[in-house]
Amino acid sequence: MISAIGWIIIWIGVLFDVLGAIGLVRFPDVYNRLQASTKCVTLGTFGIMVGIFMIHGFSAMGIKALICGAFLLLTNPVAAHALMKGSLHFGVKMWKGTIVDNYGKDKLGSEQIERGGG
Amino acid sequence: MRYIIYFITGFILLLLLTWSTNIDHLIAGAAVVLVGTVLFGGYFTDRPLKFLQLHRIVVFAIYVPIFVWYMVKANIDVAYRALHPERPIKPGIVKIRTTLKTDIARVFLANSITLTPGTMTCDIDGDILYIHWIWVQSEDLEEASRIIASRFEVFLRRIFE
Amino acid sequence: MSVLVSILAISSFLCIYRIYQGPSISDRAVGVDIMGILFVGITGLAALFYDLPYLMDLSISLALFSFIGALALAKYLEKRSLDD
Repeated sequence: MISAIGWIIIWIGVLFDVLGAIGLVRFPDVYNRLQASTKCVTLGTFGIMVGIFMIHGFSAMGIKALICGAFLLLTNPVAAHALMKGSLHFGVKMWKGTIVDNYGKDKLGSEQIERGGG
Repeated sequence: MRYIIYFITGFILLLLLTWSTNIDHLIAGAAVVLVGTVLFGGYFTDRPLKFLQLHRIVVFAIYVPIFVWYMVKANIDVAYRALHPERPIKPGIVKIRTTLKTDIARVFLANSITLTPGTMTCDIDGDILYIHWIWVQSEDLEEASRIIASRFEVFLRRIFE
Repeated sequence: MSVLVSILAISSFLCIYRIYQGPSISDRAVGVDIMGILFVGITGLAALFYDLPYLMDLSISLALFSFIGALALAKYLEKRSLDD
């Protein structure tokens, strides 16, 4: 019974992984891509790890899977945040449909929004 | 004091990772954890025993399922935006102000904001957080703080302060 | 087994498309980061199907290296801006 629930959670996790990759391809600029892919892939891989823990229970593999999942959940938002700050300081422009940029106004001098063209 | 707590925590983590009670493993592991304690114990939190108080653990146990529920909702939301043929997004970076005081509470608030619907932390500057929002509902500072941060601050203040 | 890993492999190919296509360096950095996390999932599934617990250690260290690599790329992007 618990094993069946574990398999269902693994399937849901893999599905979210694919949706994150599709979001990575479809969204128009770095910041939206980072947003979509980080959320979906983090929950997807965490789901795979929780599913492995449910199938194997308290054995060597289950505990390691759980530790790996907790580690991903703690470090992945930090990595995404660092990449986003790096992109902002690097000077990558935002998509032309962006409506407000308070960070650029306060820290970088002007709004980092792509104008015209495209 | 904090060095002893750090040593015990690291040793428990190592036991979980190796999952064996062989005496060689225990001795070698204790030596490695001791080196780590001497090198990095100074960066550990000031009052580690604070986190063993019962009410903090209870609030944390309530917080985790709510957080997982917000995460699932966030993913369905993002998946809807990615699969919709017209891509209904209206992104922007807004400022919010947090009322949390300690550093570790702010770190957990930033991570929680990153993993929940449509919002993502760009930078922290004192008590001002810059948030990238995929569907901007309000550009006002107080209004945005109320929408984004207040639902987590209630819990995090009781856990970490 | 093969179905799950095939789906994850297709996701990795989408990441490779983004790495190949991406207009700026940041897009490529994001693609590499996401692909590392997908490989963590693939390694975990392999550990589950072949019943080899040491592959799970490999999975943990892949997660660690992905994190360190993302931080290094972010540091590089932040220090070497376009206007100097």
